Amino acid sequence: MTHGRSTERTVATGPLARVEGEGSLRVVVHDGVVADVALHIFEPPRFFEALLQGRRHDEAPDITARICGICPVAYQLSACAAIEDACGVTVDDRISALRRLLYCGEWIQSHALHVYLLHAPDFLGCRDAVELAERDRSAVERGLGLKRTGNLVMETVGGRAVHPVNVKVGGFYRAPDPAAVAALAEPLRVARQAALDTVSWVAGFDFPEVDHDYLFVALRHDEHYPIESGTVASSAGLRVGPSAFSDLVVEEQVARSTALHARLGGHDTYLTGPLARYAINSPVLPDLAHQAASAAGLGGVVRNPFRSIVVRAVELVCACDDALRLVESYEPPDPPAVEVPPRAGIGFGATEAPRGILLHRYELDADGRIVSARIVPPTSQNQLTIEDDLRRVVQQGLDLDDDELTRRCEQAVRNHDPCISCAAHFLDVTVERT
Amino acid sequence: MNRARVVLTPPPGRRPTVAVWKFASCDGCQLSLLDCEDQLLLLAGAAQIAHFSEMSSASVAGPYDLSLVEGSITTPEDAERIVAVRRSSRRLVTIGACATAGGIQGLRNFAASGSYVSTVYAHPEYIATLETSTPIAAHVPVDFELHGCPIDRGQLLEVLTAFLAGRTPRIGGYSVCQECKARGTVCLLVTKGEPCLGPVTRAGCGALCPAVDRACFGCFGPAETTNTSSLAARFLADGLAPVDVTRLFRTFNAGAPAFRDEATAHDPRS
Repeated sequence: MTHGRSTERTVATGPLARVEGEGSLRVVVHDGVVADVALHIFEPPRFFEALLQGRRHDEAPDITARICGICPVAYQLSACAAIEDACGVTVDDRISALRRLLYCGEWIQSHALHVYLLHAPDFLGCRDAVELAERDRSAVERGLGLKRTGNLVMETVGGRAVHPVNVKVGGFYRAPDPAAVAALAEPLRVARQAALDTVSWVAGFDFPEVDHDYLFVALRHDEHYPIESGTVASSAGLRVGPSAFSDLVVEEQVARSTALHARLGGHDTYLTGPLARYAINSPVLPDLAHQAASAAGLGGVVRNPFRSIVVRAVELVCACDDALRLVESYEPPDPPAVEVPPRAGIGFGATEAPRGILLHRYELDADGRIVSARIVPPTSQNQLTIEDDLRRVVQQGLDLDDDELTRRCEQAVRNHDPCISCAAHFLDVTVERT
Repeated sequence: MNRARVVLTPPPGRRPTVAVWKFASCDGCQLSLLDCEDQLLLLAGAAQIAHFSEMSSASVAGPYDLSLVEGSITTPEDAERIVAVRRSSRRLVTIGACATAGGIQGLRNFAASGSYVSTVYAHPEYIATLETSTPIAAHVPVDFELHGCPIDRGQLLEVLTAFLAGRTPRIGGYSVCQECKARGTVCLLVTKGEPCLGPVTRAGCGALCPAVDRACFGCFGPAETTNTSSLAARFLADGLAPVDVTRLFRTFNAGAPAFRDEATAHDPRS
């Protein structure tokens, strides 16, 4: 890091850590004004949309799960929804409920990972959760316990925490044994209390005062907080199905990134993920999560991205509470899956990954071979908005010294829990001041 | 490839240093390390986690006593970076199907040159990528390979414990069939004629799929000794089309020699 003599300044750091995947960040400040912000993503591309071509329709869930080890269920269930849509099949309520239970497990493990291991250290001035544990071991153990319960749900329903094996197009290979599902109730009760304690804990952190006028886009469901299904809604009043949303999301490629950049209608940047879900769906949160949000001082909409950690904690309460409800009302689907005979067609599927909307589109031939695939992960959708956030953070933080400004930038990126493995994929931060 | 006797002698008088590196991958195998919830803080006490980007913003310069490497080599830069990682590591262990066999992205090795990048990107000229996805051992010497897509958490702890204690990891090279027998799962191949890769797939997962009435799809890659052609002949006799035999062997471990060769043998294009 160097300081020029007059108006020139360059700030740089090593790799940005505690994100999933590899990218870098470069900020140029000219005469005290932020001239350019660029999130560079150079995670090596893996070409999933190409390698899916010619594969069988029933292989899409397992292949696309390998896009992300943090949120494989999101990939599996968006793929299932899209393939089933293409084949004109709907699944019954018991299968839907079991899918939601599995997905709650993924939300719990992913949010616990982000809140405790990736994001909380920023607020507490620690380099990682190991240092945090030296100061507050019980907090880290609470987070690891939540994570363990999320994994336990995934293992019980999905057979494995990373890349579950029990998910198939049409449902499940085998319905979990009722006794095994019932055994999840006690750990989930403990987890739900830990999630409530998490809300209180993170609500006490210091947050920079910022207020961003985001265009929020999330799934919406009239009866419950959207996870495995819903229509696409925006804070500007949009309400469309996954197919129309696919038409609206225009992705462009830029030289600095192996992730594509998405804009709504080709021009508007937008935000998907916890802040968007909460803004659009807070009225249908379970009572317990609603009370926790109120006690934490959250209104119906949160526009401060640094408070996303509180919203994530509220969603932990929601996921634990919902999982418990699903466990208590579990009836094994019989049969565990519906038949999905292949036919020529195009199908769309959108679910709420922990980081936001994950859209899949497949075109199938009459034999069920995949002709073309389109996958729009949340981080591609959020990339431009993350850059907008950074522009404001830098502009408001010009009086900070280089170390502090860099730290704040990294934290601003982590606010959105970017999954660079999903979006294509190292975060180095460079701030140039000229 | 597993030079199992090449174990790490613990450094005298200090905690050993462990580094975790990512190449082309999904993060799932390094997540398996974070998923060792009960042992994570114990591990952080027994060893210094000196470089692990996903977990910590602190990074201690090498050399490292043990490096865990996730992911495959798919770019010119990564082909250089793995050489530097190897140079700074006393012992190097690869984790997962990407690092040990090239991963699902290794399917590009069987596609027409350049077709993948132009399918996904409007401006292929912005993308610096190799035509192939190759395992780490194709680039640098590897001391131990831990297989799986994803790796098994228990096996990862065994490898870490063994290296830190200076002994050979107890990881078997036998097939999934043995695990099915051990847990009493009825054979799907024999009783239902399902095309199960269990007889030729390395154990380690705990035979998860057959336990949910699903034929093994080979995510741990080939066992140490396999007879893939005999199994493929059985699949064909049971009515599977040759193209589907190729498809079965050509997924997450498509680059592992035993699976690669069997897939190619039935590929109508080859």
